[in-house]
Amino acid sequence: MKISLAWLREFVDLPEPVSELQEILSDLGLVVEGTETVGESLDDVVVARVDEIRAIKGADRVRLVVVDAGDGPLEIVCGAMNFEVGNYVPLAPVGAVLPGGFEIAARTMRGVTSHGMLCSSRELRMSDDHQGLMILDDLIEPHVGERLLDALALTPDVIFDISVEGNRPDAWSIEGVARDLAVRLRRPLRGPVLASPNVTETSDSFAKAGIDDPESCGRLTVSVLRNVRVALSPSWVAQRLQHAGMRPISNVVDASNFVMLELGQPTHPYDAASVAGHTIRVRRARPGETLTTLDGVERVLATPGRGLGDTGEDCVIVDGDDQILGLAGVMGGASSGTSDETSDVLLEAAFFDPMTIARSSKRHGLRSEASHRFERGVDPELGLRAAARFVAVLQESVPELEWLAAPLDVRGDVPVPPTLTLDDDDLKGLLGITIDRDDLTSILSGMDFTVSERDGGLEVTAPSRRLDIRSGHLGRADVIEEIARIYSYRRIPRHNPAWPEVGGLTERQMLRRHLRDVIVDAGAFEAWTPSLGSDADFDLLYPGRERVRITNPLSSDESVLRATMITGLVRAWARNFERGTGDVVMAEFGVVFEHPSETSAPHVARGGVGGALTLNLPRENERLTVILGRPDDDARSAVALWRLLEGRLGLDDVVVRASEAPAGLHPTRTGTLVDRASGRTLGFVGEVDGELVGAITTVPGVRRLGLLDIDLDAVADPDVAIRRSPLVRVPGRFPSAVIDLAFVTPRTVHAADLEFALRGASDLIESVELFDVYEGPGLSEGSRSLAYNVRFSSSERTLSDQEISEARAALIAAASSLGAQLR
Amino acid sequence: MSPSPLAQLDQQTAELLSTIDALTSLDALRDVEATLTGKRSVLAALQKSLGSLEPDERRAAGAELQEARRVVTAAFDERRRLLERDARLESLESDRLDLGDVVTPDVVRPLAPGHPSLVAITQRELEDVFVAMGFTVADGPEVETDWYNFEALNIPPAHPARGMWDTFYVDLGEPETVVLRTHTSPSQIHLMEEAVAKGTLPIHAVMPGRCFRRDTPDASHLYAFHQIEGLVVDRGITFGDLAGTIETFTRAYFGPDITSRLRPGYFPFTEPSAEFEVTCTICRGEGCRTCSFTGWIELGGCGVLDPAVFDAVGIDSTQWSGFAFGFGVDRCGQMRHQLTDMRALTENDTRFLEQLS
Ligand SMILES: [Zn+2]
Repeated sequence: MKISLAWLREFVDLPEPVSELQEILSDLGLVVEGTETVGESLDDVVVARVDEIRAIKGADRVRLVVVDAGDGPLEIVCGAMNFEVGNYVPLAPVGAVLPGGFEIAARTMRGVTSHGMLCSSRELRMSDDHQGLMILDDLIEPHVGERLLDALALTPDVIFDISVEGNRPDAWSIEGVARDLAVRLRRPLRGPVLASPNVTETSDSFAKAGIDDPESCGRLTVSVLRNVRVALSPSWVAQRLQHAGMRPISNVVDASNFVMLELGQPTHPYDAASVAGHTIRVRRARPGETLTTLDGVERVLATPGRGLGDTGEDCVIVDGDDQILGLAGVMGGASSGTSDETSDVLLEAAFFDPMTIARSSKRHGLRSEASHRFERGVDPELGLRAAARFVAVLQESVPELEWLAAPLDVRGDVPVPPTLTLDDDDLKGLLGITIDRDDLTSILSGMDFTVSERDGGLEVTAPSRRLDIRSGHLGRADVIEEIARIYSYRRIPRHNPAWPEVGGLTERQMLRRHLRDVIVDAGAFEAWTPSLGSDADFDLLYPGRERVRITNPLSSDESVLRATMITGLVRAWARNFERGTGDVVMAEFGVVFEHPSETSAPHVARGGVGGALTLNLPRENERLTVILGRPDDDARSAVALWRLLEGRLGLDDVVVRASEAPAGLHPTRTGTLVDRASGRTLGFVGEVDGELVGAITTVPGVRRLGLLDIDLDAVADPDVAIRRSPLVRVPGRFPSAVIDLAFVTPRTVHAADLEFALRGASDLIESVELFDVYEGPGLSEGSRSLAYNVRFSSSERTLSDQEISEARAALIAAASSLGAQLR
Repeated sequence: MSPSPLAQLDQQTAELLSTIDALTSLDALRDVEATLTGKRSVLAALQKSLGSLEPDERRAAGAELQEARRVVTAAFDERRRLLERDARLESLESDRLDLGDVVTPDVVRPLAPGHPSLVAITQRELEDVFVAMGFTVADGPEVETDWYNFEALNIPPAHPARGMWDTFYVDLGEPETVVLRTHTSPSQIHLMEEAVAKGTLPIHAVMPGRCFRRDTPDASHLYAFHQIEGLVVDRGITFGDLAGTIETFTRAYFGPDITSRLRPGYFPFTEPSAEFEVTCTICRGEGCRTCSFTGWIELGGCGVLDPAVFDAVGIDSTQWSGFAFGFGVDRCGQMRHQLTDMRALTENDTRFLEQLS
């Protein structure tokens, strides 16, 4: 919201310099996001009349303009095209310095000398308008040679861009901001000049007003204004609007906008001649009714949208023939506005239920200055005061204006301002401090709360404008926040809370950290690939499968939640590869998603309006996916990496079993990581399917990519991924005996299973390790030779040859029970 | 009347089909493609001979011939598909590796360090500070219902405050009932519901995690980002405790010469609500472009828990009180590493990543 400092100063005396005021505003929660100085450096700019416009030979972008600024004809070269002979425009003569330090000098181009510059309002820092020169006859009665500052009654001003929080409907105006400052600075708040009805004829003799839907319209006031003459606004009104970023239109429309900016009440002036029966009623729209709004769009009303909990209600303004004049509180219709012919005006100033306006505005995608204010909540008691201010402003340009007595005033359901008790303990309990009772009272009464003393505290009633203040214990928090805000958060002493419970990470979080450390130590670059992908990506690996889709994606490439990180990582790796920086391992910790209809274990959660339903959400599976993309990386190096992780995680016994490959993995070079004891799958190891690499990258097919894809949900579960016993064994002091044994083993027997069998063959075995695999000549089809290095020892003695030989025999027997024969 | 040029068509078609069925390799298939379906094929020759027929006959014969060509081409394509599948299976088979047989000591890799991500590094540093301050760490889901992401946080459906978050909706259930979480605050609700159910109040926890907002990515925003949320629910907790906690964290994380301050803000789930700012880490408070010459950088939001949130999760607000805070993990990392373009975080360029440790 743009706020003029000069305008604020009409309401309250303010400190210098501006930077101090800015600090105070921010500390009040009215954060100043920008400041702009206007009307400065305009001392030399004068009003000039355009007397002649000539083409310049060889130039089609600029013309020669002859103007008179009081000292006779002056030739200026000008690029703007929006004016004609007879217009009055601002002239910066040679020697003038414009805002921003731009000094005007005589310039010669194409043989013509320009003796100054004709200005747009943006060049003068008066508005954002740069569609051409500022045409002064649209704004004022101009006089040649007059200083622009005098002609426009301009005073230098500072414009703050203030961000007003959603819970401060009362601060959405000049007066509201001024009130905060007045209470903080303990200075009086001055009110604006208000008019009063000035004829005895009463409003009901001319117009009628009614509320058919008291729930959505809590208050409807209609003022009857006669002898209206539509004209330009006085320049000070126009200037205020421009400084607030609004375009002046006519005195009637401008007065309405002026009052909205100043007091926060949107009003709507209707041309009485186009309102049937001079009647304004508020009712609910009927399903299917239509309205063409000011923006030219035909709206179908009272039809529920897709929004959660949207009942489709719209509240409309209708006339005596039940014709819809506008969407209440959001936007008027195209037919009933004021025009140059207007002489009688019906001025509507109402209070609408904020949620009704919010739903309408959201459903129709219509946002206006009015809807912004109504959906946050406009003071239900403000309507007639706003009308009085409107009349006072309009009277500046139309002194003969008549305001009929007893404006129409109809009431619907208005929220009742809550009354709360506020004990000294409440404040201490919430803020941790005690504030002097007098200070409290002065803050609250300054903000127009009604305050009375009671035993142990205060009784407080919120002013009608504070629709954000709730009742009961909720309202107490609201009021205390208001006190703290005015008192200043910075004055509340800081305190460090202490509690006996210790902090820490969960087992799973520690495991995640551990894994990250190990994988990084093993050479992985940690990547962050997109959680959202395209349908095409999803179909590459999971054609036909239900996917978790985003209703409102930014683009179709980001419309589906990923079901794997393999695709993203391969892409990330390939981009590096193409750049010549791809000889790396890339890893990602992240969540992949499965549609609830595709999983036996959807995430079940409370949902729906009020949390009354139980909803099936996607299964979220946390995984660690690693792509090994160094030269010569392949499934073997992926297995080696897994063995490293397995060892560092302290897993007891995980077998790499040949298995059918999940999508994205190489069909014949993939193994499943199976925990031997629990029988559960912990992930997959192998290579990326070359078809996937070919489909999404330009990397030549010969390059293998190792792949490790670990299910962290499984690995983190100690019942699924069985840990080694924490108990340790002290190695014997006696020397170990070491033998190598090679077994011709059927392909169907897994090396890890044979190893497991060997380990259990004798108590004397210290370790068993596979060190060679041989296949080829000398061995029968369907078998290969597995060679193990076996260490024996005893804690009690040096093993005898006899003992070693018995143990060896036991090993051979154990192997043969699996069909493996000593080679 | 001369015999129709298509008199032998059925037999010719059958011969072509059996030739196709007899093809056993892709090479062979390629070699004969032109003679089976191409310009040099029998059917193409027949096509040329139709020119001598009367128009009516030519039309009928043309249709017949076209059908024959369709059948032959389909058979050829099907054969190619089968042969290609066989070839892939064969190559996969010859490529087969029993990963159970891998002798890992044979796999020798050069020793080269990897690099954790900037987000992971930052998140760990933040967690460590809070753990030292007595906080536990909790995780939460990325897909949430409207209840957790908004309504239980005192943001009812259609409430204008929802405009504070640009929400991605998920196509599940009724419209707008499922969302990608827009902040980590729903994790607060999960923690409180769980503590109430198990009777394990108080809570002192931080909740880091990935969030999503429907923002077009630029140098300072990505549609996905990471936040860390803090929640304390205990007896006698006040706004002063919140301000003290924020200050302790600020000094611990950013260093002893960086301080914090609170100013009023608005979050529907806290009352009083505050934005918290820290001394600009670039200019140390002197004022610079980064801080718009204020000496302060806005870091996050915080506040005393609104009693409406306690009501939603069933905590007695006469017995318990608490505060919450939240801020960007990525943003902290951006400040510490003076990252000039957030998009680098998701571009995964190794030349960027290798600077991190
Ligand atoms: Zn700075």
